[in-house]
Amino acid sequence: MTDMPAEAFPLPRPSATGNLLRHARHVLAGNPVTAFSFLLLLFLVGCALLGPSLVPYDPQASNSMRALQPPSAQHLFGTDQLGRDILSRVVAATRLDLGIAFFSVALVFAVGGLAGVAAGFFGGWTDRIVGRLADTIMAFPLFVLAMGVVAALGNTVTNIVLATAIVNFPLYARIARGEALVRREAGYVQAARLCGNGEMRILLTTILPNILPIMAVQMSLTMGYAILNAAGLSFIGLGVRPPTPEWGIMVAEGASFIVSGEWWVALFPGLALMLAVFCFNLLGDGLRDIVDPQRRT
Amino acid sequence: MLRIALSRLGTAVPSLVGVVIVTFLLTRVLPGDTASYFAGPVASPEAIAQIKAQLGLDQTLPVQFGRYVSDLARGDLGTSLGTGQPVLREIATRLPASAELTLCGLLLAVLVAVPMGILAALRQGSWVDHLCRVLTTAGVSLPVFFTGLLAVYVFYFLLGWAPSPLGRLDAFSSAPPAVTNFYLIDSLLAGDSETFLAALSQLALPALTLALFALAPLARITRASMLAALDSDFIRTARASGLAGRTVVVTYAFRNAMLPVVTTLGMVFSFLLGANVLVEKVFAWPGIGSYAVEALIASDFAPVQGFVLTMAILYIALNLAIDLLYGLIDPRAKAG
Repeated sequence: MTDMPAEAFPLPRPSATGNLLRHARHVLAGNPVTAFSFLLLLFLVGCALLGPSLVPYDPQASNSMRALQPPSAQHLFGTDQLGRDILSRVVAATRLDLGIAFFSVALVFAVGGLAGVAAGFFGGWTDRIVGRLADTIMAFPLFVLAMGVVAALGNTVTNIVLATAIVNFPLYARIARGEALVRREAGYVQAARLCGNGEMRILLTTILPNILPIMAVQMSLTMGYAILNAAGLSFIGLGVRPPTPEWGIMVAEGASFIVSGEWWVALFPGLALMLAVFCFNLLGDGLRDIVDPQRRT
Repeated sequence: MLRIALSRLGTAVPSLVGVVIVTFLLTRVLPGDTASYFAGPVASPEAIAQIKAQLGLDQTLPVQFGRYVSDLARGDLGTSLGTGQPVLREIATRLPASAELTLCGLLLAVLVAVPMGILAALRQGSWVDHLCRVLTTAGVSLPVFFTGLLAVYVFYFLLGWAPSPLGRLDAFSSAPPAVTNFYLIDSLLAGDSETFLAALSQLALPALTLALFALAPLARITRASMLAALDSDFIRTARASGLAGRTVVVTYAFRNAMLPVVTTLGMVFSFLLGANVLVEKVFAWPGIGSYAVEALIASDFAPVQGFVLTMAILYIALNLAIDLLYGLIDPRAKAG
């Protein structure tokens, strides 16, 4: 690259961020589905950050005069049994739903990732303890374990986050362990060791940064599952309580109106849920193709 | 074969121990005082202390654990506060409903997913391949409770094909004489085609909902492993030797491609047992899932604990069965 003729790069040397942006644009241009999911993600994050201040109605304000109105120009998504505007509630719920999923994934990323890396790198007792812990969690059907954890720890949103993180622990620990195991005797690790770095330092500054991309892909792939898991828990009445707008609860509230034909109460929050999960699944698949092309199925 | 089965059984023991420890720990980290909860809001301190002693909560943790295990060994899962019935009996009466639903859902999913995955692999880029891709992407993105509600709206409200989503039988039919407690089988055994059809029509929508959910991972892995098998050297050799296309695909490729599919079945079961809870709630299905949900809402912990334990034991048993099945399909696995 260094001995390239200057004419090949007539532009001034781009900054590091410019480089990154250009690379991202190049990747996204070659893969329209990933580009689409990226736009969808921006939209969802926008709703989560700005949504509550953009919506036309107060998501909690009830109006019994306008209960169960079908979608109209005034209420694009209709109104629910208390006359609340469903569009406003669906948009306002984005922050809570994405927040729960994001914090649970971030938590398991930190805890499960570190435990897995340590297990793979150190082996021995660390490996056995982490492995046994992961196996025990895997022995349960995951959603059932999440129900049990929330029931035991108490019916709060924090515990939904915690339960979702716990059921994802084995996945993260296993992937991190596998990746660390492969790199344990890699050339650059031996070089770092030869330079006199301590084992802990090698783990944190050499191994960990190398497996971050693969773990980040995993984060995106599990976000979808985390959203579904949390929404499922609130659908059966755990965690978030009405009247807080949340997609799972809103679908649960709409369930009783489906049999009498008021489809819009459950449909729109359900579609929002689907869209969010779909977005993260597409994004995860796209990122995996970029980071780790061999795992493509 | 028996020796292999026994050694597989041995590998399930640590999981079982782990499951019992976790369900025990779940009760002990319960915030709030279980005894005062049992005693009710107006109980005197003496009454609470008495209940504490009665429940063994004044003992040390290891003693409590010993008691928990010995209760389990006697089949005592505690008593539900809400109904006053022993948890084990309620779970036993409700389990067949859940099992019938889950197994029908799984069967349906396998019957659709495996042929579809194979066809998608054989005819890449055809409409089957595209359908397979759409279904697998949709299947993992759709919340199962939402699909269930959509199905109710379309097939019950709009088309009127399905009966109202309330339980295993409509109000006009009575349960067939209990043999297996699977209504489909029992009604056939009794030769009662009317009840069979009634049970089938109630079962159709929830089973379809579960099947759509389980379909995605199964079809995806079938397609991928079938593609890998078709691409391998032994298939080339088989084709070069002039074997008929059918023999190559069915006997050579399919049997090898089945191994990852059977492994995936274990994971699918984990998801299905969880999804089952949500589907039971949507369709008011009287299984153990809706029993646990009712208990959860009422903070009635014994049924929840019993439910989690039952599900985990079922799941371990299923994984064991899958291991054995794996040994049957792949003779090489027997050696290991």
